[in-house]
Amino acid sequence: MRRLAFSLLVLVLFAMPAAAKDTVVVYTALEPEQITDYMKAVNKTLPNLDVKMLRLSTGDISARFMAEKDNMQADVVWGVAATNMLVFKNAGLLEAYAPKGLERVQPLFRDKANPPAWVGIDIYMSAFCFNTEIAKKKNLPKPASWADLTKPVYKNEVVMPNPNSSGTGYLSVASILQRMKEPGGWKYLDALDKNMAEYTKSGSKPCKDAAAGERAIGVSFEYVAMKMKKDGAPVEMVLPKEGSGYEMEANALTRKAKNNAAAKAFLDWAISDEAMRLYSKYFAAVSVAGFPVPEGLPKDISKVVYPNDFDWSAKNRDRILAEWQKRYQK
Amino acid sequence: MPAIGPVEAARIPTPVVRHRLDGERVLRGALLTGFALFLWLFVGYPLLQVLWRSLLDNEGQFIGVANYVRYVRTPAIAASITNSLWVSTAAMVLTVTLAFVYAYALTRTRMPWRGFFRVVAMLPIFAPSLVHGIAFVYVFGNNGILTRQTGLNVGIYGAKGIIFAETFYCFPHALLILVAALSAADARLYDAAAALGASRLRTFLTVTLPGVKYGLMSACFVVFTLVITDFGIPKVIGGKMSVMATEIYNQVIGQQNFTMGATVSVVLLIPAAIAFAVDRLVQRRQYSLVTSAAQPLAPGRSRLARALLFVYCATIAAAIVGVYGVIGVTSLVARWPYSFAFTLKHYRFDTIGGYTPLLNSLEVAALTAVAGTVLAFVGAYLVEKCRTIASGPLYVASILPVAIPGMVLGLAYIFTFNAPGSPLNRLYGTLALLVLSNLVHYFTVPFLTATTSLRQMDAEFESVGASMGVPFWKTFWRVTVPIALPSIVGIGMYFFLNAMVTLSAAVFLVAPGTELAAVAVLLMDDAGDTAQAAAMSVLIIGSGLLVRLGFWWLLRGITRRTQAWTATPSEG
Repeated sequence: MRRLAFSLLVLVLFAMPAAAKDTVVVYTALEPEQITDYMKAVNKTLPNLDVKMLRLSTGDISARFMAEKDNMQADVVWGVAATNMLVFKNAGLLEAYAPKGLERVQPLFRDKANPPAWVGIDIYMSAFCFNTEIAKKKNLPKPASWADLTKPVYKNEVVMPNPNSSGTGYLSVASILQRMKEPGGWKYLDALDKNMAEYTKSGSKPCKDAAAGERAIGVSFEYVAMKMKKDGAPVEMVLPKEGSGYEMEANALTRKAKNNAAAKAFLDWAISDEAMRLYSKYFAAVSVAGFPVPEGLPKDISKVVYPNDFDWSAKNRDRILAEWQKRYQK
Repeated sequence: MPAIGPVEAARIPTPVVRHRLDGERVLRGALLTGFALFLWLFVGYPLLQVLWRSLLDNEGQFIGVANYVRYVRTPAIAASITNSLWVSTAAMVLTVTLAFVYAYALTRTRMPWRGFFRVVAMLPIFAPSLVHGIAFVYVFGNNGILTRQTGLNVGIYGAKGIIFAETFYCFPHALLILVAALSAADARLYDAAAALGASRLRTFLTVTLPGVKYGLMSACFVVFTLVITDFGIPKVIGGKMSVMATEIYNQVIGQQNFTMGATVSVVLLIPAAIAFAVDRLVQRRQYSLVTSAAQPLAPGRSRLARALLFVYCATIAAAIVGVYGVIGVTSLVARWPYSFAFTLKHYRFDTIGGYTPLLNSLEVAALTAVAGTVLAFVGAYLVEKCRTIASGPLYVASILPVAIPGMVLGLAYIFTFNAPGSPLNRLYGTLALLVLSNLVHYFTVPFLTATTSLRQMDAEFESVGASMGVPFWKTFWRVTVPIALPSIVGIGMYFFLNAMVTLSAAVFLVAPGTELAAVAVLLMDDAGDTAQAAAMSVLIIGSGLLVRLGFWWLLRGITRRTQAWTATPSEG
């Protein structure tokens, strides 16, 4: 009897949602350290929101969101790759919503439909981290391009993220395939695989591994490279000369949250000036014009990136990932 | 009221007694039903879900064994089976060998510091498995401290790293079993061997080893199962090598390919189930080994052997302390191995929302300890003391969870508690579900402990209680529970410690708002924030040790108060 009473008590205590505040369940792929920064502002500006957040790598959070479609948990998807947003939209998982201040967002950064299914917030791009200390010890030249990474001298010295789980991984692979076209692109990736020590789950880990000296070269994205350097790690950032791959991160309302005012309030905040000012500390470009670029990053990213065909990236995502797994996942 | 004739007077009490008995019977039946329902809902049904889902495709169409065929035919995926078998076997051999010598030194010599060595060897129990992988990277990694100092790179990523880190992680589990096995020895056999002029080696091979063969087998199975079902270590240090446990993780977390996850799960159930079955058979035979006529064995007196074994134990103990030292130091310095400036910044956990995961973990562990202890003990009582036709099946269902790898359980709970339209969905994404999954995952050992402790109690207590008209719950509360209190406290601690470090089932079940500390370690390591992962590990280990100390203190008090009756005349 006691046992029953107790388990009932446990269930009741924890199955009950917190009632006092408006709860918003947010799924995000933004970097954890940025989220801390953003959430401080959210809690101050929107004190009535109880934000419950799940943060996973782009691929993982997308897979989870898709898998829960019949018992949807998320109200808001925040800072997830536009490529994945296109997939969600086609699967009917999103609810079109025009957040307040949408007119400020540059046209390139939003879903063309009106009201839009998703609204972009930032752009980030692939960048290499190169550990100069290890380089000196092992006599490794500094790589300047994607092509350099396949040189035999870097055997087992390169790490990159797994495109299945990581947005950074997928944008790099998609960009290579778009630039070199399919048979050629795969041939390049085969050669790259020979030098690869490991495929990591997250997009920031390769650079952090390079910063720790565990690997000589990590393929990550620009912000984490700058951050590691600023923190005192012996790393240099390399933007490959063929052009970096890039991706846009966007927000959306989910089908579940159609009538959730709190979720909409969160989305309004997520493109506000306050939010943009915070994003602009971390990204080479944000979706509203007029915010400064972080120190050490190129002022005009259009000069350093290879143009991305988002539709192509989204349409071919499943096929590319399947092919990638077949070739490199052992 | 009319006067009652003698005949009626004799008849009247009967219905009263019957009435109370009925009340007891109803309660007993209700408890049994509740227990059976719990086992069905949280063990049987979810497992069947996994089996069933492995026979469906991703759209829910029945496709028979097609998934298995695809699994075995995909060379890259099938390689994970071979990899798993190979690293598990190697880690098993290494761990059991090392632990055997260590246990031998602890039990069969008068070596100094035995108590200290025993305590140190238990340390790995307090840490999530992947912590050992992280420590190995810090020491033996490409830029590990030892690699930097010596210039010698052992190439830790891959099978080598997995095997060594697993050996550390599994060492205490093997040691516990082997110490128990080696403690039970019959001195008469050794006297006989000496009298017959057998050499030491011969004595060892013909007396010592056969005497502990069941313990050895048990240790082997426990380690093998632990390694093959662990995914934390391969994840951190496996490099490009994929094993079955990481394969399930990738299929489910990475691709939400539940069908394939279920398929790998069922395959992973096979070795665990075999190990479980053989272990049960072995345990059944073990009881007859030491008879009442056995003489206790006096530890050997060879000084040389003692010195060698001391050095051996000291080396292993130093290595274990070293692993924990490395984790502690890396969590406190700015940037291992480039800057050793002292800092507490890794303890801010700003990337995971501060201390919420740790508090959640403590809450889940505490609830698991309380609910688990009640459930295991009441369950064991129902099976052991209320003999019904259900006892046999309930017993089997209660010891079954030990054969279910945590990840398989986690996956099974997703299928069960996140099914469209199911009323059970309310549990999905709650701390309660995490508590329940821990309860089930770690149910078997406490259940068996409780059963053993109940079996040691004379059935007379119940009969006397019943004949005096005392309801069974009173006997249970006033007699059974106080006598068994030490093992009850031990059960609580077992649940608590395991709930603090478990990763396998939890990793599939955490949701926004229910983050756990061990999962946070994994996610931080995934993101490359290794120093913060180390800091969180320190807190997990620290809280485990604190609770262990608290329990030890509690147990002393309880033993003094409730166990006075066990004192032997010489002590009393």
